[in-house]
This record gives sequence, C-alpha cells and structure tokens, in this order.
Amino acid sequence: MAEPVTALNGARFEGIATIEDAGPTGMITLRGDLASKEVKAAVKKAVGLDIPGQRAALGGKETAALWMSPDELLLMCPYDKVAETIATLDAALEGQHFLAVNVSDARSFLRISGGGAREVLAKLCPVDLSPDAFAPGMFRRTRMAQVPAAFWLDEGGTFHLVCFRSVGEYAFNLLKTAALSGGEVGVYG
Amino acid sequence: MLILTCPCCGVTAEETEFHQGGEAHLTRHGPGASEEEFHTYLFAKENPKGVHFERWRHNNGCGKWFHAARDTVTLEVYGTYSAQTLEPPQVIRDAITAKRPGWRWREFA
Ligand SMILES: [Zn+2]
Repeated sequence: MAEPVTALNGARFEGIATIEDAGPTGMITLRGDLASKEVKAAVKKAVGLDIPGQRAALGGKETAALWMSPDELLLMCPYDKVAETIATLDAALEGQHFLAVNVSDARSFLRISGGGAREVLAKLCPVDLSPDAFAPGMFRRTRMAQVPAAFWLDEGGTFHLVCFRSVGEYAFNLLKTAALSGGEVGVYG
Repeated sequence: MLILTCPCCGVTAEETEFHQGGEAHLTRHGPGASEEEFHTYLFAKENPKGVHFERWRHNNGCGKWFHAARDTVTLEVYGTYSAQTLEPPQVIRDAITAKRPGWRWREFA
C-alpha cells in the first residue's frame, strides 16, 4: 500500500506556540442516535470510549471521540486501524439507522502547544479561550479566519485542531502567522 | 454584530459563526398551487423595522438550522428556537412582548 501523506507533510513551526502537523490519523464520521444504547455500545467496542457529552472530547490511547453535533461524532484511531474500526461499527450497528465513513484523508489534523496556544487560537476564532471559559476536554467547532475548524484542549494544555484537508495549508499558515514571535498580546496573562 | 445562541449545540457566538437563511415560517406552496401563491412564497417577504423572524444555520459549528427572533433596529436577539416548528413558541413571543408590547409580525402577535 502507498504511504499516506498529509497535506502538511510534517510541517512544524515554533513561535509563541508550536504549530505542527499531527500526521496521518484515522478519522471516522459516525452519525446516528447518540442517545441509543446501540451507538453507545458500538463506540465503546470500536474505540473503547463513551459517548462524549455535548461539545465535549474524550481521549483515549491513540483514540478520541468528539461531539460534532446532536447526531454526529468524529472518532479517531490510528490511521491503519480505520478499516477494522469501521467494520466493528458496521457489525455492532447492523439494522440501526446510522452512517460510519472514513474521512481520514479529507481532513487535516494539527497540534497547537506551548504558552501562547490559547492566544494564537483566540486571534483567529470568535471563541472565548480564557482558561475560565475553555477548559480541557471541551470541544468546539467554529470559524478560523475564513474556514470552519474544530478543536479540543487536552489536560496537558495542547490544542488538537481539525479542518478540511483542502484548506490545511491555509490553516497552518494562519496559525503560523498568529504565532510569530513578537506577536504576543498577553491577554491571558 | 449579533450574538446568537444555537439551540442545537448550545454555543453562543457572534454572527460570523452562523449564516442567515432568509425569512422564517414561510409556507411553501407546492404542486397545484396557484401562480399567486407561488409568487407570494417566492417574493412577498417581510421587511420590518423592529421585530423579525429569521432562519439561521450554524454553518461553522454543528451545521444545524434553527430559528431566531430579533429586532432589526436594535439588533437585540429575543431568542432562538428549534427549526422543527411552524410558529414561534410562546416563550419567544412572551420575551418579545416583554420588550415590545403590542408587536405584530405576519399572523403572529
Ligand atoms: Zn450549533
């Protein structure tokens, strides 16, 4: 099989925050009734996680379950485990009204870390990113400059951000510009 | 700048996270409708100075459609509510009445 290549091909930038390509990542859109016991059991079986609450992210070892909308989750797993994870979902949800689709190559996945991470995102998104308002485990879909993006914050203070692959380079360059040294605003202390 | 709360995902954000989708509570006249009815559906829209009802979509967020009741003069948002309804719920009407007693919009008051 050909080697997977991300749109950003391992790009990395260090400024007031570190912006980096998270590399090939398995991503699965799962639509269905998130309140049903069948979907709950299927997600548990596929990625070992519960159904995240409204606008929440649950992270596991190499997996994640992200709340996209009242009837949609984005599941993450290792890139080479997507086919078997979808097969697990398909088998567990047989007969249910659902959709499980591989979107791994349709998305770019980035990490924003370091002291200026909150500020870098706050420059680009209409979201209150102060520590009181945006805490680890929260997931947010929003607008990043001119494109839609979604991100969550982990316990270690790193943001994980997803956008469409077609705007991956645009997203990286935006974040890079917002993270240029000398661009500190210091709004979050 | 409007600040809207999406009733589907609970996010409160400024209007650029959303997209306006035209007037709310239109009756779509389908097959068999008269030309007059279809013309009304397509072109006869409200353009009020004051209380107004619109459809909005959380296009940069959860992607869902919803309704908003707002004021075109003051830009206050009286409330947002489900897209799955043919008329504004009482709680929204009450919120408008509290600020604009005697308001009217199409057949609603
Ligand atoms: Zn929403």
